[in-house]
Amino acid sequence: MESLGVLLLHPLDTYLEQELDRRCRLLRLWDAPLDRRGEFLLAHASSIRAVVTGGGSGAGGDAALIDALPRLEIIACYAVGFDRVDLTRCRERGVRVTNTPGVLTDDVADLAVGLAIAALRRIPHADRYVRAGLWKANNGHYGLTTQFSGKRVGIIGLGRIGLAIAKRVEGFGCPVSYYQRTRQQQAYPNYTYLPTVVQLAADSDVLVVACSLNEQSHGIVSCELIEALGPRGVLVNVGRGEHVDQPELVAALAEGRLGGAGLDVFEAEPDVPEALMALDNVVLAPHMGSGTRETRKAMADLVLANLEAHALSKPLLTPVV
Amino acid sequence: MTPSTAGADAKAKPLVLVSQPSDSGLTPVMEGQFRFVLAADADEATAAEARVLFVPGLRPVTADLIDRLPALELVAAISVGLDHVDLDACRRRGITVTNAGATFSVDIADYAVGLVVAVLRRVAAADAHLQRGRWVMDGDYPLATKVSGKRVGIVGLGSIGSLVARRLAAFGCPVAYHSRTRKPAPCPYTFFPTVRALAADSDVLVLACALTEETRRVVDREVMEALGAGGVLVNVGRGGLVDEPELVRCLREGVIGGAGLDVFENEPDVPAELLDMDNVVLSSHKAVATAESIRGVLDAVSGNLEAFFAGRPLLSPVSL
Repeated sequence: MESLGVLLLHPLDTYLEQELDRRCRLLRLWDAPLDRRGEFLLAHASSIRAVVTGGGSGAGGDAALIDALPRLEIIACYAVGFDRVDLTRCRERGVRVTNTPGVLTDDVADLAVGLAIAALRRIPHADRYVRAGLWKANNGHYGLTTQFSGKRVGIIGLGRIGLAIAKRVEGFGCPVSYYQRTRQQQAYPNYTYLPTVVQLAADSDVLVVACSLNEQSHGIVSCELIEALGPRGVLVNVGRGEHVDQPELVAALAEGRLGGAGLDVFEAEPDVPEALMALDNVVLAPHMGSGTRETRKAMADLVLANLEAHALSKPLLTPVV
Repeated sequence: MTPSTAGADAKAKPLVLVSQPSDSGLTPVMEGQFRFVLAADADEATAAEARVLFVPGLRPVTADLIDRLPALELVAAISVGLDHVDLDACRRRGITVTNAGATFSVDIADYAVGLVVAVLRRVAAADAHLQRGRWVMDGDYPLATKVSGKRVGIVGLGSIGSLVARRLAAFGCPVAYHSRTRKPAPCPYTFFPTVRALAADSDVLVLACALTEETRRVVDREVMEALGAGGVLVNVGRGGLVDEPELVRCLREGVIGGAGLDVFENEPDVPAELLDMDNVVLSSHKAVATAESIRGVLDAVSGNLEAFFAGRPLLSPVSL
């Protein structure tokens, strides 16, 4: 694919960038200052046939970008979430889209369960407590937390990641319930399906957002859902910030109407509301669900494999469109 | 069981001596059933009468104290670990010892798993990074290490260790263990005859065994070198299981990759060097600090005390 002109929208991963540079004709959008991006795209439009984008802040793939690149053939997402890509426009233009499912499933599930335990058992809080010298100062007086094992876990979206989370929490004796748009034909005998997400919240001690972001799931963690989850409930979000009514979430946590949270994603990353930082029952992570060396390399290799397949007119490995 | 020497006072609450001021909040709850007297405040008559010593914390229970209580028959501890009790003295005197039994096992196991994920995935460090404004200023947190599939070695496959094993197996981690004796079939986990051999074959080493003369400083430099630069140590047992100064050196030198520590040799002192490390998660000996565990241990202690005074079999005696 030496002749494939690839536009990398933002810095993602050193290994991926090096490989793209070595194997394709790589252009970096951030080489142009913000106010000169339009000109940059115009200048290079005739050679750009592929775009590579991530899933966090800086992710792109909207109609404006697609329209600016008349020779665009493929958008390869270095992420499993492709919510920033205008799929409708891609379909209209015949632009292919790929993502990186599967390779990051374990990492995201590991972190989701890790965040649940960290929030319920206040692990980062303990770490801060010790580092601040407070253990020595108070000589062991601290509050009680609540047990994780056996807590009812509700999962929004029983896809690859949701199933991996379910499998892990079963090891802790947690009963699992779930909600998703379409009830699967294949029933899961160990997991209870609930027909509405609010019922799921009412029936859960720990609620995990593990679904993709689309029109229906936007704001799915609403005021009503937070109320149903309640003052002893814990929310874990490893989906997208836009799944949650963030101002409502912050208020509910600050006022004690929601029991705790483990959050890997936010509405406007990397901005995180100050109010969340003061809470001992909240664990904050900088969108690192797939942030391990092992997984990012696997994701990069999958992006490269998809681009290569496209360049060779072979079937794409993990197409979305 | 001998009748109370208080004579006509047949309904008097049984006397229970207490080894230290209670920081557990348990004695007030049981005050309706038993007469608690702090050992340090006991006069000679009370000391001579006391058949039970309640140990509501981790301050040492010495041979000296035990030998000042000629009628002592039972030492009832709220902890699961008994390294702070002079068990030789108890054995010598024929005194029975009870501990928390399996009451705390679930919470300790959950906490151990929480620490494993927190260290490998840098949960505490990344939270701190974010809270210091670094996500905005410096960008994403550096890449961490995947948990799923990592080889887990558990030292001590008792009630805590076996729960840790089940949990990490659900993360797709192959589990191996070292214990005093190999567990009978069907045990799905691989046995290693020494801690060093276990460490050599592990990415994560979890300490879930009791602290005894045999296990003191069982994790030494040799074990840590076997665990290796990518390896992580998690300790929810006792600080004394680890050569702590050597641990600090090994972390500083990169001999091991990280650690999750709920216990230390000299609590609440934590080696200062650890406070600056991103690859460690520190905790203030609180793996059992849940409402569920405290309720459970209250049941265990009062159950043991009731059984003792009624002449019934004890709930959680420990074999000495």
